[in-house]
Formats: sequence, structure tokens, C-alpha cells
Amino acid sequence: MQPHERISAALNGAVAAGRVGLVPYLTAGYPDKNTFVDTVKKIATVADVIEVGVPFSDPMADGVTIQRSSRIALEQGVSLRWILAELAAADSVGTPIVLMSYLNPLLVYGYEALAADCIKAGVCGFIVPDLPLEEGEDFRVALDAHGLALIQLVTPATPDERVARLCAASKGFVYAVMIRGITGGTSELPAEVPAYLDRIKAQVEIPVCAGFGVRRSEQVRDLGQHADGVIVGSALVEQLEAGNDPAEFLELLRSY
Amino acid sequence: MQVELSDIECKALLTRLLGGKLPDEHGRFGPFGGRYAPETLMPALERLEAGVMKYLTDPEFIAELGRELETWVGRPTPLAHARSLSALWGAEVYLKREDMAHTGAHKINNALGQALLAKKFGAQQVIAETGAGQHGVATAAACARVGIPCVVYMGAVDIERQAPNVDRMIQLGAKVVAVESGDRTLRAAIDEAFRNWVADPEGSYYLLGSAVGPHPYPYLVRELQTVIGREAKKQLAIMTGGLPDVAIACIGGGSNAIGLFHPFLGDDKVQLVGVEAGGRGPGLGENSATLATGTPGVLHGCYSMLLHDENGQVQETHSVSAGLDYPGVGPEHSLLKIIGRVTYISATDQEALAALQECCAAEGVLPALESAHALAGAKVWAQENPGKRILIGLSGRGDKDMPTLSKQA
Repeated sequence: MQPHERISAALNGAVAAGRVGLVPYLTAGYPDKNTFVDTVKKIATVADVIEVGVPFSDPMADGVTIQRSSRIALEQGVSLRWILAELAAADSVGTPIVLMSYLNPLLVYGYEALAADCIKAGVCGFIVPDLPLEEGEDFRVALDAHGLALIQLVTPATPDERVARLCAASKGFVYAVMIRGITGGTSELPAEVPAYLDRIKAQVEIPVCAGFGVRRSEQVRDLGQHADGVIVGSALVEQLEAGNDPAEFLELLRSY
Repeated sequence: MQVELSDIECKALLTRLLGGKLPDEHGRFGPFGGRYAPETLMPALERLEAGVMKYLTDPEFIAELGRELETWVGRPTPLAHARSLSALWGAEVYLKREDMAHTGAHKINNALGQALLAKKFGAQQVIAETGAGQHGVATAAACARVGIPCVVYMGAVDIERQAPNVDRMIQLGAKVVAVESGDRTLRAAIDEAFRNWVADPEGSYYLLGSAVGPHPYPYLVRELQTVIGREAKKQLAIMTGGLPDVAIACIGGGSNAIGLFHPFLGDDKVQLVGVEAGGRGPGLGENSATLATGTPGVLHGCYSMLLHDENGQVQETHSVSAGLDYPGVGPEHSLLKIIGRVTYISATDQEALAALQECCAAEGVLPALESAHALAGAKVWAQENPGKRILIGLSGRGDKDMPTLSKQA
């Protein structure tokens, strides 16, 4: 199985088991660099896919929670190179990992070397919030050569014709952003979300995961009717910040 | 990672630039530029691009902009023969007096043009970032003039060092939001403006203040700022019958410099010199001399030269001048550097302060600390090239810098 197929298979497996896939996000090395791999492993006991955030100095699509976790991780010296080395050295996590990173750290690392190192680290794909489809060709080619996914985001503001192109290009899953805005929103999800997710779902064969603004188990339950997976980011980072067990929180989200 | 081009490629790029072919259909100036924006903003950027292409070639829009530039901004701004500086430097020095434009800097050319565009788009709100506060004041004034509410994001560090401009923005009806995240200067203000635009890409218009950001901003800002160079070229021809030997401007993001340089790009006898902020000296974090010491990277939506470390993390910068204190630079400047059409040098904080004082004493003009970098660079150039005709872009006035200047005294 190619790495990008591992992502899709994990999410399809969850759906086949009668539950919605859970895709938690953590900022690598937050709150403590020394517990990174342990935290990933704890999360892996509940998660279907894990999204590991590469901290960046200018997270312009992120709210205050991930801005804070990114800054603290960077202050501890977390880098993309360190993250890949830690993951490569860890005994198999089992759960497919995708890296969420702004483009500049990837660009500086070099796409070819990065794709090769991802294979050693068990990383299956990427989410790059500041790399739109039109600018992604070079990176996509490098990832394709190793079977790695470049996961595309769609948003409620995306016109239909563009949604079709994004869905066709996406691998692993399609990331359906549910709100206009940055990560970490606390308000209720907009009423049009179910119809929006159904519209995306109808266009794509790979799984669709819904993200931005998910914090409660009834949201996870309701979204499960319209998406294959649910992404939980800022809410989990806040649990890590408070020193709580991430697996317990994720179990709670799933106990609906 | 470096971009390397052959001589033939460089010449071809300059030809395309002069022919109006850059940015290309992908928003690229050769290898630089592009549109590295969150997906939520892509439809808004496409709408903006379509609107820019429509209105910047629409005779009615151009006429309206022209009327406003003349009667409200006070254009054309004067070109002044700097008699005393000329004598002191052994050169023929001319100052393009953008400090005489309404609100005190070249920023108003762009702010007014984009505020008129925002009105055409039916925007309910304008969002802007500001470093020195000049773009914030210009945007606040332009939004008041066209009748759109305006929110300005400004780093907490800059709010302190440019206090007079904060009060002016508030008087002009803008809401000023202090940015406490990141490095709390211009770069963090841009991050925050983008975040707020992502929350309302349809109703808000993001009025970006420099020739940076995702396509079409570098193009749009350049087009609105070339009035500086076009006027100066005409004025200098009337006053001297010829061209300058060199045109010199300061560079942060690079909007006043691209505005001054662009109309001279095809005049191969005219040297062009951009002066970056040398800060406290060489060394990562000590300056904002992006073109001198940066390498290509992506920040704020475009691929351009950038001050970042070996992990791709953007570095904190330093300059006494808030308007130049930025780790990136406009993509067109990166192109002009690699094809060798513009020479980029830097002036330190101390050199800029000395140049400011010299300009005050010699010409009775208090330049902005940003503009003082151009003066400092020009003085060095004059020493190396005696007896030449020098055109300096005096991009703004220094009233806003009084808190910093008082501290230095």
C-alpha cells in the first residue's frame, strides 16, 4: 500500500466500523519537546490519522492557540529536521501521520530530501495551508514519486468548479474547512455545514474530513453523518496545554 | 537554496519587464512572486485580480483617481533642487518630495487608489496593516474620503515608537488594533491582517501597503506608485533638460522604490540604487537588509528574498525605522537584483540618523527615518561618483519619528 493509501484506508476503516474517523492535530514538541513521541503514541491509541504540526514563525492561518503552541515549540528548538528524526527513531506508531506545515520550512528543507526522509519517518502526507493548487506542482511531483499525499483544502468560499479541481488533485483525504476564518474558532458551526459537506462528499471518492472549530462530542457525532473524518486541532492543543491526557479527551469526543 | 540565471535569461527578463509582460499570468516576476495564500482567500484574490485588470485600464476610474490625486493628495509633489546638499556632497541633488503629499508620505498614492477600488468592489470594511503608521494614516484618511470603515493592525512595538501616527489614525476614524503576537512589528501586523481577512474574504477589502504579498498586490501597488517616478522624470527634464545619473530610494517592502525606479528601468544610463536598513550592523537579526543577505523563501503570500534561518523560520529584524523593519521584500525587487538592473546597498541606523540631521540643517526638511536611509545611501554614492545628478526619493516626512529622535538626542 502506498503511504497516501494508508491514510484513506485508515479513514475508510473507521467508517466501515460504524464510526467517524478521528484526526487529531498536535503541534510537534508542544508543550514539552521531551514528550513528543510519547504524546504521539498516546494519541495513536485513539486516532485514525494523526496530524503533526510543524511549528512556523508566521502561522497566518492559525488562531491564538496554535500561534502560542508554535511559538513555544520553536523556543524549544523544534524543527522539521528534528521532528522527522524523532519519528524515524520511534518504534512504529502504527497510525498514519500527516505533517501540517507552512510552505517555507518545506521549501528550505528541499522537496526531494524531504519526501525521502518522510518515508523513513512513517509520514504519509502533507497539509500545507499556504500552498494553493496552482503553486503546488513541484511539491506534488516530489511527493508523488514516493506515494505521499498532498492533501488539498476546500472551504465554504470555494466555487464549485474549483472544488472539483481540488478534489481531483487531493490524495489521502480532502480537508473540508467548515468556517471562513482561522483555526481555533469557538463559535457554533454554521448551519450550512451539513449541506456543504454533502456537496463535497458527492464529488470525491477518497474520504472527506471536516475541520476548524470542532471541540465537542455532539459535533463529532453530527459531523459523522456528513463526513468520513473529523479533525480536532486547537481543542486538543488546549488539553495538552492544561496537562490533560490527550487520549482521554479524544475518547470523550468519540463517546457520543 | 539560490536562484541562478544566465546573462541571456537576465536580459530576456528585463525585456519582458520593460514590455509590460511581468508579472506574468501566474503573478510571477521571473522566478519570484506568485500567490501562496490560504485556500479561503483564493476566490477573493481572483476577484481582486479581475477588478485590478478592469479598473486600472478603465478611463473613468483613472480619471477619478487622477482628480483625487491632484485635488486631495496634492499631486504632483514638488521636485526640489537641494542646493546645500549639492554643495556639501559635490553633486547635483534633487529631492522628490513625497513628504509633501497629503498625510506626509508616498503611502497615500496606494491607499487612495486601493480605497477607490474597495468602493467599486462594494467592500463593507477595509483592513490594513501598518509599520511606521504612514500606511495606516494614509488608509484611514483615504477610507474616510471614500466612506468605508477601516481597521488598522499595528504591532505593539510600533505603536510605541510611532505614537503620533496612532493618534492621527484614530482622529481619522480608523479602529487601531494592537498586535501582541509574533515579533509585534510590521510582520506580525501583516500576519494578523491576513487572519482577519480570512474570516471575511467577501465583505472585507485588504488594503496592503507595500509591493509585497500574493499576486496581484505587488503589481497593483507598483502601478499606483509609479506616479512618483513618472512625475520626477518629467520634472527633472523640465528643470535640467535631462535624466538623472542615478535614482535612489529606501527599501523595506519596496513600494516607494519600485514607484520611483519603474519609469527609469528602460533608461540604461540611469543607475538605480535601493537602500535597505543596515540596522546595528551585519549579522542575522541585527538589520533588515533582505536583498543584501537574504535567500529565497515564502512569506506573506509571495516567493521572494527573505531573512530566515536554516529551518525556514523567519527571523526577527531590526531597524531604527519601523517602516523598513521587515524580513521580506517585494518580488519585483528580488528580480531586479538578480538581473542586476538595480544595485542594493544598506545604511545603518547611525548613518540614517546622521543623514536625517544633515538634511534638516541643510535643506530645512525633516525626512522620515525611512527616507533618511535613501539620503545616507546617496551621500555614499556621491562620494564615489563626484559631480553627478542624483535623484532621491524622499518618501515621507519625519514628524512621526519625533519619539525616536527625542530618545536618540
